[in-house]
Amino acid sequence: MENLLQQLLNGVTWGSIYALIALGYTMVYGVLRLINFAHGEVYMMGAMSGYYTAHWLGLAGAPSVTGLVVVLVASMLVCGLLGALIERVAYRPLRGAGRLAPLITAIGVSLLLQNAGQLVFGADPKFFPPLLRSEEVFRAGEVAISNIQLTVLVTALLLMGALEYIVQRTRFGRAMRAVSYDAPAAALMGVPVDRVIAGTFVLGSMLAAAAGILVGLSNPKIDPLMGLMPGLKAFVAAVLGGIGSVPGAMVGGLLLGVIETLVTGYLSSTYRDAIAFVILVVILLYRPTGLFGASTTEKV
Amino acid sequence: MRGAARAAVCVVSWALGALACGGGQGGDTIVVGHVASMTGDTATFGRSADQGIRMAVEEANAAGGVLGKKLSVVTEDDRSVTEEARSAAQKLIQRDQIIALLGEVASSRSLAAAPEAQRAKVPMISPGSTNPKVTEVGDYIFRACFIDPFQGAVMARFAADELHAKRFAILFDFKQDYSVGLAEFFRDTVKKNGGEIVADERYTSGDIEFRAQLTTIRAANPDVIFVPGYYTELGLIAKQARELGITVPLLGGDGWDSEKTLEIGGDAVEGYFFSTHYAADSDNPRVQEFVKRFTAKYGATPDAMAALGYDSAGILVDALKRAGATDGAKLRDAIAATSGFDGVTGKISIDPQRNARKDAVVLKIEGGKFRYYRTVSAE
Amino acid sequence: MSSASLGRIAALVLGLAALHWLAPLVLNPYYVTILARIGIAIIAAVSLQLVNGFTGQFSIGHAGFMAVGAYSSAAFSVYLGASVLDSLGGGGLARLAYFPFPLVCGGIAAAVAGLVVAVPALRLRGDYLAIATLGAGEIIRIAILNIDAVGGARGFSLASAAHPSVDLRFESLAGVYGVAVLTIAAIARLVYSGGGLAFRAVREDEIAAESLGVPTTRVKVEAFLVSSFFAGVAGALFAHTEGYIHTNSFSFVRSFELVAFVVLGGLGSLSGAVLAAAVLTALPEGLRGLGEWRMILYSLLLILTMILRPQGLLGQRELLPLGAVRRARSRKGEPWRCLK
Repeated sequence: MENLLQQLLNGVTWGSIYALIALGYTMVYGVLRLINFAHGEVYMMGAMSGYYTAHWLGLAGAPSVTGLVVVLVASMLVCGLLGALIERVAYRPLRGAGRLAPLITAIGVSLLLQNAGQLVFGADPKFFPPLLRSEEVFRAGEVAISNIQLTVLVTALLLMGALEYIVQRTRFGRAMRAVSYDAPAAALMGVPVDRVIAGTFVLGSMLAAAAGILVGLSNPKIDPLMGLMPGLKAFVAAVLGGIGSVPGAMVGGLLLGVIETLVTGYLSSTYRDAIAFVILVVILLYRPTGLFGASTTEKV
Repeated sequence: MRGAARAAVCVVSWALGALACGGGQGGDTIVVGHVASMTGDTATFGRSADQGIRMAVEEANAAGGVLGKKLSVVTEDDRSVTEEARSAAQKLIQRDQIIALLGEVASSRSLAAAPEAQRAKVPMISPGSTNPKVTEVGDYIFRACFIDPFQGAVMARFAADELHAKRFAILFDFKQDYSVGLAEFFRDTVKKNGGEIVADERYTSGDIEFRAQLTTIRAANPDVIFVPGYYTELGLIAKQARELGITVPLLGGDGWDSEKTLEIGGDAVEGYFFSTHYAADSDNPRVQEFVKRFTAKYGATPDAMAALGYDSAGILVDALKRAGATDGAKLRDAIAATSGFDGVTGKISIDPQRNARKDAVVLKIEGGKFRYYRTVSAE
Repeated sequence: MSSASLGRIAALVLGLAALHWLAPLVLNPYYVTILARIGIAIIAAVSLQLVNGFTGQFSIGHAGFMAVGAYSSAAFSVYLGASVLDSLGGGGLARLAYFPFPLVCGGIAAAVAGLVVAVPALRLRGDYLAIATLGAGEIIRIAILNIDAVGGARGFSLASAAHPSVDLRFESLAGVYGVAVLTIAAIARLVYSGGGLAFRAVREDEIAAESLGVPTTRVKVEAFLVSSFFAGVAGALFAHTEGYIHTNSFSFVRSFELVAFVVLGGLGSLSGAVLAAAVLTALPEGLRGLGEWRMILYSLLLILTMILRPQGLLGQRELLPLGAVRRARSRKGEPWRCLK
């Protein structure tokens, strides 16, 4: 039983990372109906910018909570800008060009960032400096949680809460919901659609950056190709929860993390990566709109 | 229909044009190839081996070269990717016309490259691949190190005798032949000596999250955990193990032999043991002399892969002298006849299976450094 | 068949025979490998064009079918073909007679995989179909990675332990390009026929086509079947020219590359797919001196093309000979029907 609890804890912590990345996918899909394949690379850039910031500020040898917060905020700002830039340069010119062209472009941006990353950062893996000294915080029998795991969980939940607040309680959030529901109508009602879309990208990218930092904290190995698999899996999580739905992405991410951990712990890690894709195919076959999504009718 | 054929003709003629800049080799150098992981997940293996090889070649050239000619080394990077090792070997053999191939350190990559060398009848010496299958590829494939049936037994017996372990857990990398093989031989020895395998978990190279497997292992209450993988994952595994409150020692094989183990693992790897090919702090004068020269040249202490690279190049040079020719078949026979070669990693003799019979050393990680602990000789 | 086309076929056969004899003499094996890869890329791109370009179904897991073809044909050769070739003596004629078999085996296995994927996936539309095919491609790759009999993570070498002297490789450029020509011919004939109009009808407006009596699901499944068959053949050729395969060669990056060939050449143009595949496969090799910059240039090219010229190089037009085929056949005006 305690083993199961520990595994659930591991799974929820790991899944919160997927949730943060999935939120970016789902929000962009909501407003643009675009699968932003480059999102995984924004996550990677978050980790990388955190790494360089930490070294530049000399935080590498001196773990501290303030240091962590500074690095987190810095990389969120950098990636927010990156997200806005990608939207402006690669996707906005293709607004209205159908579904295919932006998808291909997204793939192109993803490849570009991966390869540019390898060129600029070098292809070797880097090791994120320990911004917090790792220690066991809590123990109930066999179930242990370290301060790092706690930090990841709490930070992720706080960020998700903040996002939910923005989406439900602010004017910008309302504009975002309007655009995802019916963009032309929103435009007619005076909503600055371009700015809302740009803002959506910024928000999503900031969350991805946070995910990158949290991963750097708990699984310190980072490299320019680290965004590929987590990007795809977070995308699966978004589909699982219902693509376009913010609570769906959160639940989907946590659920995927838990399933992956339980399968690895109780069956075999051979299937760790495959599990996400099997879930994908099953969901698409039996409930394509996901757990929280609404079905749409197609008018002819 | 004809359009496709025409396009093909155009491409062929373009390629023929590009052919004009073909490579060639000078008449007074002997070209040796080195396929290595200079970048990627196991970059220290390739870089260390390359440094060892180049130092040996420089010393040989300074002493007058071989067969009246100078040796030169062409290194091709496989980026720590298995199938790249094969195309790197192919490139070296076809483009650079090498007379011998040194490499690779990782067994999976040696297994990918070896068929190319065997096919082209180019002798290949792996400095550090310990999986037995490597030399089974063909009679042109050799190695300068011991093999895993021996290494797996070393750590299994060490754990039982020295650490009094009765309950063993294993966490291996099932994507790497080295790890799969070493885990298998460890398992066999444990069972033969009456120990119990209480947990047998696996991961993939490239993974960063191991808490699920470690939690399962923790629940089985082992006395030791054997992690026969490479240093990158090992560092993360050690950290996460400590975070989960695992206090029993982790043991490993020569895949741990890299300064990165200490860098990534930090405090988490303190007190762990692993088997490898040589100890830099050994009081053997030959080793000390080598360490001094290497440190003077490269500014860092040589690890096992550097020493093995040095020795494999040394064996090649020695074989070239005995063969008196660079011809593949003659060189192959000369390498096979290597006996009592005085290497930095011990006295090396190539046995009929084209492997080297050598002692292993067990190192302990103490005070943030690798420290010599004990020698285990090959029976 | 008219005497003109018989003459063309004869010229083609002679050309291929010449290629077969000359290539090993003139070209460095490294260049032979590159040219073979170009030929294989052409076959794969043309097969994907059928589904993505002509039928409008956005499939982005095509490398999975190539993987099935590669591994099944390799297993066929290693476990079956080696003993057959050994007993036949391994001479030139025997090899020529043997090699179509692993290729067809690979194609059929891939077609079966295509069927398994298509039947459930084709219930989905647009983005969801794309995602499902991506997932399918990955599942196939990971499944193969776990089969130890074909090498698993170590990769699979085309060498039989039981018959070590048999060379299972198929290094004939003429063979590769012969198959390429056949593939283009087959798909051109399929698509540029009266019945083939059904594919484009499904692409243009599926609901309208369905209401006009076009059996859209059957058309889509057929497109998938034919397309994955040829992808399997391409994979089989890859396995037999390289002599060693690893699942890493069939990842979604490879699928993306194929999609790039098809889109950049022009969705709906066979000659476009051929050109794009040839140029974009040759380019990274030619740019090898640029090292890491080549992939950056490659992705920039992709992005710029989509922004500046989204219809790709040729849009839906065909270059001369295929254009003639297209015009000739569309004049026939046969009633709607699918491949029998």
